[in-house]
Amino acid sequence: MHPPKADPQGAPPPVHPPKAQSRPSAGADSSTPAASRLAVRKTYKLFIGGAFPRSESGRSYVVSSAEGEFLANAAQASRKDVRDAVKVARGAVAAWAGATAYNRGQVLYRIAEMLEGRRAQFVDEVRVGEGLGKSAAESAVNAAIDRWVWYAGWSDKIAQVYGNANPVAGPYFNLTSPEPTGVVGVLAPQDSSLLGLVSVLAPVIVTGNTCVVLASDARPLPAITLAEVLATSDLPGGVVNLLTGQVAETAPWLAGHMDVNAIDLTGASDPGFATDLEVAAAENLKRVVRPDHSEDWTAEPGLDRMLAFLEPKTVWHPKGI
Amino acid sequence: MPTFEYAPAPESRSIVDIRSSYGLFINGEFVDGRSGDTRKTVNPASEEVLAEVVEAGEADVDAAVAAARHAYDQVWGRMRGADRAKYLYRIARVVQERARELAVLESIDNGKPIRESRDVDIPLVAAHFFYYAGWADKLKHAGFGENPRPIGVAGQVIPWNFPLLMLAWKIAPALAAGNTVVLKPAETTPLTALAFAEICQQAELPPGAVNIITGGGETGRLLVEHPDVDKVAFTGSTEVGRAIAKSVAGSQKRLTLELGGKAANIVFDDAAIDQAVEGIVNGIFFNQGHVCCAGSRLLVQESIAEPLLDRLKRRMALLRLGDPLDKNTDIGAINSAAQLERIRELSSAGEAEGADRWSPPCELPARGFWFAPTLFTGVSQAHRIAREEIFGPVLSVLTFRTPAEAVEKANNTPYGLSAGVWTEKGSRILAIADQLRAGVVWANTFNKFDPASPFGGYKESGYGREGGRHGLEAYLAH
Repeated sequence: MHPPKADPQGAPPPVHPPKAQSRPSAGADSSTPAASRLAVRKTYKLFIGGAFPRSESGRSYVVSSAEGEFLANAAQASRKDVRDAVKVARGAVAAWAGATAYNRGQVLYRIAEMLEGRRAQFVDEVRVGEGLGKSAAESAVNAAIDRWVWYAGWSDKIAQVYGNANPVAGPYFNLTSPEPTGVVGVLAPQDSSLLGLVSVLAPVIVTGNTCVVLASDARPLPAITLAEVLATSDLPGGVVNLLTGQVAETAPWLAGHMDVNAIDLTGASDPGFATDLEVAAAENLKRVVRPDHSEDWTAEPGLDRMLAFLEPKTVWHPKGI
Repeated sequence: MPTFEYAPAPESRSIVDIRSSYGLFINGEFVDGRSGDTRKTVNPASEEVLAEVVEAGEADVDAAVAAARHAYDQVWGRMRGADRAKYLYRIARVVQERARELAVLESIDNGKPIRESRDVDIPLVAAHFFYYAGWADKLKHAGFGENPRPIGVAGQVIPWNFPLLMLAWKIAPALAAGNTVVLKPAETTPLTALAFAEICQQAELPPGAVNIITGGGETGRLLVEHPDVDKVAFTGSTEVGRAIAKSVAGSQKRLTLELGGKAANIVFDDAAIDQAVEGIVNGIFFNQGHVCCAGSRLLVQESIAEPLLDRLKRRMALLRLGDPLDKNTDIGAINSAAQLERIRELSSAGEAEGADRWSPPCELPARGFWFAPTLFTGVSQAHRIAREEIFGPVLSVLTFRTPAEAVEKANNTPYGLSAGVWTEKGSRILAIADQLRAGVVWANTFNKFDPASPFGGYKESGYGREGGRHGLEAYLAH
């Protein structure tokens, strides 16, 4: 087992998750020293309101590597966890939507800094969870961090690109500006456990929305590690809430929740299931992003994922002396 | 009663020529319906039958969609934007040439006063076609990608409150972006849409680019659920919008919805009171209150509630209700017996729940569908008349003390289409506008519309915007 490499920026080397040290797993070197240290294993919990509670149901489920080896027990979120998370997300809207765009951009950039600091840990989790070679895992993690930096820069520009003054035919001031829609439910991609996750999450929060994210069923560990990054990045508690568990169980409650404004169904890989969720979402006319199974996470995103969660508001005022 | 006796000033009907029956406009021609079902359309001010129109059935909807598909694949979807623009400019010009005729026809079929159809509806129709004509060859500058493509065939269903204007809001951006259209006007107001079909012929629009099929709810359902429709646009009730959203689930169909509203019109104690009164009256009595963005809830600051209500009642007593074709008329007919019944039922509920009802003395004509302008005071947020959309000339009045209370009450609704703010303090205008969860905020004005200005709702008032650059988004593939 190779000891963890020092981070080039001088940060202390990240602690590997216990799986890499105490269990054989794909790609692990078998030259473990005879007197190997007993690892302190991580408990993977939910991320709600900036804290890491267990599921109120007390349940957990087994997360395995791509080769089927045991990796961890992750919390298995329940309906009540979803409802609690939505409540917390709603409570966080005023402060996050009301923060300046500059402030949101600063927070997102800080998140990118924290991601960079943990790069090796993410590479390991992605490699083992998705069954990738080291180089492919590194590419994915690099792309995820760079994606995060790209989105951070949009915070104080998207309004300029999507909003505008309107030249109406009368003496009126008329301005259209985009506002965040509010609370967004997100089904993270099932397969791309970090790059795909970042690609659906960053556009939601850079635009001032809060969210409840349902992590990939089988590959949730990078999501919880990402939550740890979020918790140390000045992101106000409740802006991102992340639930691990069975999406088939939790997604219907999220899609049908009357206090959720929009839902991204990317992680609903079965078309019939995605349809049922879209029908449930129609009850309060949520804005829906449908799954696109041909989505290439490595391509530069356009604006669509930001525009999907923005509401243009048009204000008129007469001009007169 | 009005203090002045005005002589009647009727606009002449002779300019319109209403046929006794109309076919469907498919592939550039008027054709008979295939099922033989028809429906009569009625003048709501007199209950006279105006004409018989087709109730389009499945075969008719299939034919219309097929015509739109063929036109999209072969002609319109391939056409240069500059040429699409020229067709749209032609249409805008013909609308202007026939403006008086269209305004009279609209008032006869819909019941709205001629002053509104002449001065608001029809001019905006022409303006929408002019505005979107100009976008047709500039789409790459619209902010939706470098090479934006149309979506394909659009199925569009519109309401009866602004028949030709709602048609313009739907057809102009769709055609400009390169889509073809099958549009169903509302069952009670088909005539201006059928006149528009003639205008398409006069402009020599390629056959099949626009198809107009008349019918009721079932025709609409057949159209929005048709498998060869790529994009659905609907304006109407939240209830039907919700059903449509469910019906497109799991398909690739794009959807935009413009649904109901229960807008708060907020008047602060430092508002310009006379202007605010005009704005309140315009907000709820324009178009007989048949407006999704009507200012149907007046939220007035407690300290000025009494003097404001005095002036409001005095102003309401001067409103003239009567013949829509009379140029003196302020309030026309309610569009249908069904709508009149709904307004009556909700107004009775208002009284039953304990609000205080007031109308000025108002003589209603013997025939036709009429409702006197009505005001309810002592309304609470829990009352049905504060929560449900009445879609009639009925204003619910609530009070507030602090700005925070006004905002909370204004936002306390599943709707989110529009809102009004009246105050002379600039910083307050901007702060309150920021906090209102509504797609359109009118500050010190109300019910202003323009083709360059995006219109649409938050929450259960729907999604998507019509008008402006944002109005193109729904009609471009991405």
